[in-house]
Amino acid sequence: MSAHEASRRAPVLAIYAICVFAFIYLPIVVLITYSFNGTGVGGFPPSHLTLDWYRQLFNDSAIWDAVLNSLLVAAASVALALTLGLLAALALDRATFPGKALFRRLVLLPLILPGIITGLSLLMFAVLVGAPLSLLTVFLGHGTALISVATTELFAGLQKMDRAQEEASLDLGATPWQTFWRVTLPALKLSIIAAGLLIFTLSMDEIAVTFFLIGRDNTLPLEIWGRLRRGITPEINAISTLIFVGSVGLIVIWYRLRARALRNAE
Amino acid sequence: MYSRTYKSLVSVPPLLWVGIFLLLPYALMLVHSLWLVRDGFIVHEWNLQNYATLFTNPVYLQVLLRTMRIAASVTVCSLLLGYPLAYYLSFHSGARKELLYQLVIVPLWVSYLVRGYAWKTILGSDGVLNGFLQYLHITHGPVGFLLYSPFAVVLMLTHIYTPFVFLPIYAALETIPRPLVEASQDLGASPAKTFLHVILPLSIPGLLAGATFAFVLSLGDFLAPLLVGGASGTMIANVVQSLFGAAYDWPLGAAVSVCILLITLALLSMGELLEKRWAYK
Amino acid sequence: MSAAIANPTDSGALVSAALLEVRSVAKQFGAVKVLNDVSLNIAGGEFLTLLGESGSGKTTLLRLIAGFEQPSRGEIWMRDKRLDTLPPYKRPVNTVFQHYALFPHLNVRENVAYGLRVKGTAAREISGRVEEALHMVKMTEFAAARPAKLSGGQQQRVALARALVNRPRILLLDEPLSALDANLRKQMQSELKALQREVGITFLFVTHDQDEAMALSDRIALLRGGVLEQVATPREIYTRPATAYAAQFIGQTNLLAAEIRDGWAICGALRWRSTEPNGPALFSLRPEAIAQVSANSASAPGAVCFRATIRQQLYGGANETLEVDCGDWQFLRVRIPASQPMSGEFEFVFSSADAVRVRP
Repeated sequence: MSAHEASRRAPVLAIYAICVFAFIYLPIVVLITYSFNGTGVGGFPPSHLTLDWYRQLFNDSAIWDAVLNSLLVAAASVALALTLGLLAALALDRATFPGKALFRRLVLLPLILPGIITGLSLLMFAVLVGAPLSLLTVFLGHGTALISVATTELFAGLQKMDRAQEEASLDLGATPWQTFWRVTLPALKLSIIAAGLLIFTLSMDEIAVTFFLIGRDNTLPLEIWGRLRRGITPEINAISTLIFVGSVGLIVIWYRLRARALRNAE
Repeated sequence: MYSRTYKSLVSVPPLLWVGIFLLLPYALMLVHSLWLVRDGFIVHEWNLQNYATLFTNPVYLQVLLRTMRIAASVTVCSLLLGYPLAYYLSFHSGARKELLYQLVIVPLWVSYLVRGYAWKTILGSDGVLNGFLQYLHITHGPVGFLLYSPFAVVLMLTHIYTPFVFLPIYAALETIPRPLVEASQDLGASPAKTFLHVILPLSIPGLLAGATFAFVLSLGDFLAPLLVGGASGTMIANVVQSLFGAAYDWPLGAAVSVCILLITLALLSMGELLEKRWAYK
Repeated sequence: MSAAIANPTDSGALVSAALLEVRSVAKQFGAVKVLNDVSLNIAGGEFLTLLGESGSGKTTLLRLIAGFEQPSRGEIWMRDKRLDTLPPYKRPVNTVFQHYALFPHLNVRENVAYGLRVKGTAAREISGRVEEALHMVKMTEFAAARPAKLSGGQQQRVALARALVNRPRILLLDEPLSALDANLRKQMQSELKALQREVGITFLFVTHDQDEAMALSDRIALLRGGVLEQVATPREIYTRPATAYAAQFIGQTNLLAAEIRDGWAICGALRWRSTEPNGPALFSLRPEAIAQVSANSASAPGAVCFRATIRQQLYGGANETLEVDCGDWQFLRVRIPASQPMSGEFEFVFSSADAVRVRP
């Protein structure tokens, strides 16, 4: 940035930007503050600090069951979406087949269409096939809908890769199978991690598709949703704060990983 | 360089999976929209009655129009918030640019539900905002329209989608070569003129991308109305939800879904076309 | 030590019978014909350069031999085994890529060991051969470094070691020096030549730089538009170019469009004796073959004298390049040893033996 630019501080714009930041962060700040509020949610100003809500949260077994369910579904979805997404990315990058353009668009649909449509479509499919709704159907829904996230990220990673490395590997005597494991996958490491983190986060937070595919066992968002219908309790503030802290933690980990990988590549 | 086996191995599994678990379900949705419900059972008679109902029954049109109004408001508000933010970060933030960028991204990773819930606690009659206003003696009783209204839906969705809108605009602004700005000033244009004649036109593809995104996602949202919309804030996706739930008319619900799908696809194509026209590559 | 790296079956003779035979190979991509009926025999232990402009097909030919493309027509044989039906990982051929293609996630030692490891070689043998290869390219002290930390020249040495450690019968080099700056390039050229002599295997080298080709090669295969123009030693290609293109691509020349009539070649103001049949003919005459006339040169057999006016004089340190006008808009380029600034009309001479007939 030139010195000339830096000198134009544009104070009005700066104030506006601060206001926008405040708007974006206000709800989160309120949320966290009130999770420690003795008199519960609402009212102003927040009075005596307490950890009661967190205590209540830790004793709430239903929530932790839901957390476990969410983690299971998320982990399984990551595995499914990454595997199929990797194959799809390789196919889009290297193979030609009839309907390739259609395939590319079809894979992207769950991302751009409202979740309710994808959720309902999968519900109809489940009914058709006679499958009972359960965590399994939720997992299949998440995994399928999130394939496109993996495909997009891994396809970009493939394009950035130096094709000559695969040729070099073949040239040196490695079979295509060996080349895939020893050269292609390591080159995609960063993309795989990025995609994995994103899919995990999206799955943990997924509501629209899950709404229609859920059986008896709740995922965390659906468990919270159920309680919200019944009324607000600060316990939800507490779990929300924990989710927020967890998300920030994931982001920090991700940036550390990426910075380290970029430094290694220099 | 890649053998036939290799290519088949990588294309068949995803094709098969996507065909069964995506293409088929979407097709089922389409097919259902062409069937009927009679006496509480889905009847497999092919017809276009559902679509006729949609166009003739004023209730559906009303909700659809309200939904489009809300989506438009969200888009406009998000742009009003997101564009200046992106512009500030890109051109005026100096050394803190990277840090500020992370700060904008962080909320994106925080649960949608969490953020929606936060607004619920803020806007309610016993909520933080009302408490704050009363504490300052600005108002003497709870303000009703804050929660369970289209206003609340717009507010919540704007909050959710401003970072979404920020991202492509910021990316577009970052690709504008700084020498262009310097050239404009060198030729005598004030910062305001430079923005209007150089920066804004070049950022339009990003702006369109963000706007399309915000509009399309708001259009199909059914959670925000359920959380903060109340009776006056229902949107078209809630109609679909109830048709698949209590109202039990799957074919009609499917028809509404197909309409939403078509509108979404049309908007996305239009957005793409406009972006291409405004791209100066 | 070099004997351990060199092809174990070669007895050490520099040039042996044809190791690789390219038989009427053609390659097209869609409608584009990149190679058209190319036949070439490559001997064991020779340094052969594929020389040509971009688009001439030289890299494609290299990739056909490496196995990354399949010929549309024709065959490639190595001794008595058919090569073009084998995938690249089964061919006794290794490649040094233009941008080295070192594996960024492996260090230097692991890169060099790669080919041996994927074939399941015993660990002890791997470490021995890798150390040897690193020593040969003078990269032993960098064995634990990552490729990203190395300079261009260093990366190139690692790429060489990685290929040579596998003891290929032919080493393919795809413009390996083009990414280096001029000084480093010259240095690497002489190192490469010395390396090839030491290791003793066939080097098949691709470049568009004719100076490089002339300096390094035992033979040059000049490619143009997917067809071989000429295959000969550098000396031969320079002194006896087969075509006008060859004459102009390598070094500088004067192209004389002459008419042969009854034993005389006539081109503007110049005439010289020729045994070629009557009709139009194109001749190549190198600028350094023309000299200022002296008592000895004027009376030599086959000497052709002519007068010309100096239009331009370009000083080149060791020599001068003169653009001379023989009259009637016939210009020739003459190269003489460095002398004084000259002007006016002078007498020049060349030997008719230096006017080489070339195909257009």
